[in-house]
Amino acid sequence: MSVATENLTGQVDVLDQLESQMTISMGPQHPSTHGVLRLELVLDGELVIKAVPDIGYLHTGMEKLFEYKKYQQGIVITDRMDYLNPLGNNLVYVMAAEKLLQLEIPERAQVVRVLMCELQRIASHMVWLGTHCLDIGAMSAFFYCFRQREKILNLIEAVSGGRLTPSYFRIGGLMMDLPAGFERRVKQFLDDFPAALDELNTLVSGNTLWQSRTQGIGIISPEDAIDWGLTGPCLRGSGIDLDLRRHNPYSGYETYDFEVPVELDCDVWARFRVRMREMRESYKIVRQAIDRLKPGPTKADAPKIVLPDRDDMRKHMDSLIHHFLIVAEGFNVPTGEVYQAIEASKGELGVYMKSNGGPKPERVHFRGPSFVNLQALPVMSEGEMVADVVAIIGSLDIVLGEIDR
Amino acid sequence: MGLENNIWESLPDVVTVKLDAVVNWARKSSIWPATFGLACCAIEMMNSVSARNDLSRFGAETFRASPRQADVMIVSGRVSRKMAPVLRRIYDQMPEPKWVISMGACATSGGVFDNYAIVQGVDKVVPVDIYIPGCPPRPEMLVHAIMMLQEKIMKESVKDRRDTFEKESRQSIVPGTLPITEGTVLEELAKNSEVKPYTVPSKHERRRSS
Amino acid sequence: MNTEVLHEFVNKLKEENSAWVVDVKDALGEVTAIVPCESIVDVCWVLKTTHGFDLLADLCGADRGVEEDPRFEVNYHLFSTKHHNRLRLKVLLTEDEPNVKSVVSVWKTANWLERETYDLVGVNFEGHPDLRRILLPSDFDGHALRKDYPLRGYEPYSLT
Repeated sequence: MSVATENLTGQVDVLDQLESQMTISMGPQHPSTHGVLRLELVLDGELVIKAVPDIGYLHTGMEKLFEYKKYQQGIVITDRMDYLNPLGNNLVYVMAAEKLLQLEIPERAQVVRVLMCELQRIASHMVWLGTHCLDIGAMSAFFYCFRQREKILNLIEAVSGGRLTPSYFRIGGLMMDLPAGFERRVKQFLDDFPAALDELNTLVSGNTLWQSRTQGIGIISPEDAIDWGLTGPCLRGSGIDLDLRRHNPYSGYETYDFEVPVELDCDVWARFRVRMREMRESYKIVRQAIDRLKPGPTKADAPKIVLPDRDDMRKHMDSLIHHFLIVAEGFNVPTGEVYQAIEASKGELGVYMKSNGGPKPERVHFRGPSFVNLQALPVMSEGEMVADVVAIIGSLDIVLGEIDR
Repeated sequence: MGLENNIWESLPDVVTVKLDAVVNWARKSSIWPATFGLACCAIEMMNSVSARNDLSRFGAETFRASPRQADVMIVSGRVSRKMAPVLRRIYDQMPEPKWVISMGACATSGGVFDNYAIVQGVDKVVPVDIYIPGCPPRPEMLVHAIMMLQEKIMKESVKDRRDTFEKESRQSIVPGTLPITEGTVLEELAKNSEVKPYTVPSKHERRRSS
Repeated sequence: MNTEVLHEFVNKLKEENSAWVVDVKDALGEVTAIVPCESIVDVCWVLKTTHGFDLLADLCGADRGVEEDPRFEVNYHLFSTKHHNRLRLKVLLTEDEPNVKSVVSVWKTANWLERETYDLVGVNFEGHPDLRRILLPSDFDGHALRKDYPLRGYEPYSLT
């Protein structure tokens, strides 16, 4: 069968329909691309021959903005990067600055940081699960997941005032102490959470339709995974045991008792299982952290860097002067460069911060895990059907804010 | 109980009503958004659709993926320079009647990001009906915005919204909010003709400034 | 933080070829080895195969300042999944010749990271299979993260 088409100059091309390949642009506005990702797919029928991601549709120039903002002001911008895990972004930026300043963080601040980060990890995985299910077609799981996420967002809002952009951590500790009654609320959430997770497992994991849509798809071998730089659940789903909380611990993680889930199947199903098990491990860590909370200071002892208490500021002259100087001029950070990495919910989130002795950084570069993970998409999806590409994108758990920065 | 039971004796067979009222009531009650979630505000938009704040109570029943089937475009998130032509294209693909809600500080005015990469306000690209401040705005604010849009729709007239012929709309230019560089097409057009509103169909909206 | 382990790796590199390491810096628990730009691929290959640094965590370019000489630098952050150590390699480039060989042949993950550095800072990677802009629009003029590029850009976005 042949089809005659007229191209732009008016000439007629005759294509043999059975042998032509189709190039489609799974464009920036698409319900399943988790943001503004553009995929150029070369298809032979439904089989994907080539997949080329095209990013940059959400490029915000954040790295340039950091160079024009004082260190404290930059924390607010980091929220908007990976907007499903803002506390993680805050943490890595703040930790890099603290490393440059060589500050010691008090224990209560460390415990609260771990607590909030793990709650944020659960919330991020809930969005992942909800949107992954929505893409594959299981719409009810979306509502269940967002219901749980609302509870966590309420907790984060109680602590910092912002649901999605908390900016809770500061250089030297926390923005302010936990509110009254917070521990009771967290314990209430923790009591209900295992039942909700079991419900989700019943809804999704045990479903044969789900299993047949996710098993055997998007396979990447362990050696390829390391070569392409995958980290996080994508790497652990291919059998490599690498978790920065265990192997490069930070913020007191070495004192908590949790397992690192690793699956050997290397496909979408394995990554799904890893993230489900991770949510359970995060629940365990939050339980341990909330039991470990002891009263104490939440900010480091560095009056020229950390803002004083409001009461102190109103009563004592030197606190007022410090407050004014920190807010108006900023503090000078000693010259140096540092690379700090944490295990965010998507993988290894790293920041390279370079300081030249002034109040503003000279270069801040974020190594976004989704940016590096998305590179492996062509490897995973060539040879699969178009509908499977949607499942693979879902299993990579990408957030375009982090990719495009 | 029920309206019919109470007034069934005096309920007439033919009712005279203003056409605008009926048409606008139908339009406002089933206002289907197009998915245009870009960044963090998109997550709050998803939150406002999910079970706790349910947007479909107000008529926004389903989010249509194709702009050809949508009524309102909720621009949620920051619009970068690379994305702006795509935004305009999606807006042009929506059939009349169409409205735009600009959700969040980044869509309204560039937000936190005053730099080379972000369009400082999505109304430089499409005409906006409702602006929502916030970074990100709470889901309740989006619900309020939909309600405000419904009130705005009730005040419109059916005669304002006609589909346009495509060639006409391609020639329209942005009215004088952006500087006109010398020696370009814009300068000739500005000298020769009076500035047209840049979407010819939106005769109901006279853009004064952005 | 024990940096002796990391210094051992650098010393082994120096033993292989003393021209490979120009300078070593040790600060804040991290070791940085400054490598001349001609030998970066060899150094990376040796570190990956014999010393086990199999994950390229980050590849980051920076503009040190308009009046600095050398003006640009490219940092390679290496991580090992076996012994969990981190090492940083730094390459210094002048403004007239911001060219360095691409390490895509060593780690495939360098593909997009190098494209991003080319896009934002303007460093040219020789041997890269597909060096084009990735984050900025393809018709963008200039390299945005250079110190002489203004924050707000040159003109606001206009529809026409």
